[in-house]
Amino acid sequence: MKFKLRILALAAGLATAMHAAAFEPSKPECVAPAKPGGGFDLTCRIISNGFKSADLLSTPMAVTFMPGGVGAVAYNYINSNRRDDGNALVAFSSGSLLNIAQGKFGKNLDENAARWVGAAGVDYGAVIVRADAPWNTLAELVAAVKADPTKYVLGAGGGVGSQDWMKAAILMKSSGVDPKTMRYVPYEGGGEATAALMGNHIQIYPGDVGEMVGQMEAGKLKMLAIMAPERLEGEFADIPTAKEQGFDAEWTILRGFYLGPDVSDDAYNYWAGQFDKAYENEAFLDTVHEKGLIPFKMSGDKFDAYVKNRVGYMRDLAKESGLIK
Amino acid sequence: MDVFSHLATGFSVAFLPLNLLLVLLGCFIGTLIGSLPGIGPINGVAILLPLAYALGLPPESALILLAGVYYGAEYGGRISSILLNVPGDAGAIMTTLDGYPLSRKGEGGRALALSAISSFAGSMGALLMMVICAPILSQFAVQFGPSEYVWLMIFAFTCLATMVGSRPAKTIVGVLIGLVLATVGIDSGSGVLRFTMGIPNFFDGVDFLVVVIGMFAISEIFVLLESWARNDLGVRPLGKSFVTVADLLAVKWVVFRSTVMGFLIGVLPGTGASIASAVAYGTEKRFAEGKNEHFGEGDIRGLAAPEASNNASAVGAMVPMLTLGIPGSGTTAILLGALMMFNITPGPLLFEQRPDIAWGLIASMFVGNIALLVMNLPMIGLFVRLLSIRQAYLVPVIAMLTFVGIYSIHGDSFDLFFMVLLGVVGFLLRKLHFSLAPVILGLVLGEVLEVNLRRALSISGGDWSVLLDGPITYVMAIATVVAVVAPSLMRSIKMRKLLAKANEVED
Repeated sequence: MKFKLRILALAAGLATAMHAAAFEPSKPECVAPAKPGGGFDLTCRIISNGFKSADLLSTPMAVTFMPGGVGAVAYNYINSNRRDDGNALVAFSSGSLLNIAQGKFGKNLDENAARWVGAAGVDYGAVIVRADAPWNTLAELVAAVKADPTKYVLGAGGGVGSQDWMKAAILMKSSGVDPKTMRYVPYEGGGEATAALMGNHIQIYPGDVGEMVGQMEAGKLKMLAIMAPERLEGEFADIPTAKEQGFDAEWTILRGFYLGPDVSDDAYNYWAGQFDKAYENEAFLDTVHEKGLIPFKMSGDKFDAYVKNRVGYMRDLAKESGLIK
Repeated sequence: MDVFSHLATGFSVAFLPLNLLLVLLGCFIGTLIGSLPGIGPINGVAILLPLAYALGLPPESALILLAGVYYGAEYGGRISSILLNVPGDAGAIMTTLDGYPLSRKGEGGRALALSAISSFAGSMGALLMMVICAPILSQFAVQFGPSEYVWLMIFAFTCLATMVGSRPAKTIVGVLIGLVLATVGIDSGSGVLRFTMGIPNFFDGVDFLVVVIGMFAISEIFVLLESWARNDLGVRPLGKSFVTVADLLAVKWVVFRSTVMGFLIGVLPGTGASIASAVAYGTEKRFAEGKNEHFGEGDIRGLAAPEASNNASAVGAMVPMLTLGIPGSGTTAILLGALMMFNITPGPLLFEQRPDIAWGLIASMFVGNIALLVMNLPMIGLFVRLLSIRQAYLVPVIAMLTFVGIYSIHGDSFDLFFMVLLGVVGFLLRKLHFSLAPVILGLVLGEVLEVNLRRALSISGGDWSVLLDGPITYVMAIATVVAVVAPSLMRSIKMRKLLAKANEVED
């Protein structure tokens, strides 16, 4: 059955290929700048599986791995070796963008050293505490922290300057607490931070909505607010946003793809077009949901401008919080 | 009891023909991957994960296969450690210390058999502990905070301080080199890049495996080349030795203690097989002090301890993964990712919602470990015969395997250059009579120590008293003091007794 489907997909792919534009990828590849099973691997699977189930690929897309520095190694590699390779899509997240904003991608590479081509989806920050914590709303939590900022410890899965830290800093700033006074403890990844929260070593965990799917059901943790512009659907529909509760704390975790800086317009437009087609396809959107993300439909020049704008915003934030001068 | 009905469910999954085949396949691939220098369990699982996914296996079968690779690799890692002095994976570094001297004496078969049985005992013991008390243990793992980690690392350092006792200055320098390597990368406490020299490959720190393979495997190749140039590549005695019942009886308590230690350290998130085997080795060396010990020269206790411990830790690492959805080691982090790819949310509800996956995996580990023992013992003769291959053929093969293995981690030739550079440094250090194990331990333990000390202090706001807070820290602090004081105390008691005897004789 599966095999037959594959042949069908191939046939359909070939049929579309005949009518396609000048560019057609010969060996499409998704570079995941992480180890297999990591976050970027999941991002790559969204298009390698999602495009396949939406019949958008004539040749199967391979996923290759290049871990290092939240994408820094892959960014440098593409910029020195495959500047014009229209076959290679590279996954990135807003964590990568934040590092670009702080100049941590090395050798004077900024956001203009890539062609940002399409989004895979988004996730949102969330304020998580233990189920037996005394607070039930964000306001209660903020009041307690304001009374004594050094009494409660925040911790998350990234170091100072990472997007996990940024979520904590934005939360503090929105409640009028100087981010420099907060006690922040960096952990290696969200799993360790969740463990620390369960063990009461930290009291507040600014994590992600997506990773909390199983944990909320188990009833050991509770989510006080979601850092999204509006309420989410489904499982998290009952949890209010930070904005609703009167705090201007928003953090969107963007996951998407870029191409090398010298890739031809033909190739760039081809991929942007494929993303547009995918956003209209139910099978693709299902894949996005399965990987714990919320669809975010933006591609091509609009996406490129959006990403560059985000990096600019992050650069300002980093300056404000004293991370860069 | 509940446990038995759950286990029965598990075995009904594990004994399905497909799963039985996969657990055998996984264990076989794991042994192979573990025995090849350069490719450890992390890479093995990482390489097979996309394959398992592409094959369209059901999630429990994929997990059974990948977990088989994981603990199979802990068995395989010992082979090249013992025979070639090249650790097959990170958990097998301590195995070189006493395993290689044994094989040089022509007792390679004995060392391999003993370590296989220790590995088996370690795994089985750990599995039993896991089945009986997984929920309590997951609570223990969560209670273990930064202060507790600090003490665990200090304890490990004190145990290891005597490791190369005859050259204390050189041991300290070795540890310091390791500590320096541990500081490379983005500092998570401040977000500053430390000693990266602007090279993006260093942003995540120095890859542990590159250091291990560079320092051990590449420098070993240089040593062999040197003796080839001097024309004194002696033929090593092969011997047909095998483990005896007396050997097993001599190490039974060593294996028991190491299994418990390895299992508990494995349960902790953030510590894995390399730390587990180092702590077990150090502790056993302390225990054996004065009791006819020749650790480092081929003592079977020094071989049994790390092998029981690293296998037990691989099992232990599964506990937080299955009960809390939190990885207990680098490899289980990838296994968690694998579950996510199959759209299964690992976490506290896994046992209730998908008992077939959780208990199926546990049952398959019983099957897998028995298979590994059966697979490993008869092959020992074959492995030992590897040594009869002429070095002129063996050395290029080792070199090739290490290069392929290291390249497979990041797919970047930078790692290869760095590995060779470390190999040259390792070779020079060996020529200057440094031991390389302290360098590696400085790197592993130092990083965990620094990170957790800073976490503890940022939680307390710089107040050092946070380090003595709670019963676990007290126990560990006392254990550390005992480890420091006990040997000299024992020695002075013994001396006094001897003196008393001498006096009696004089009288």
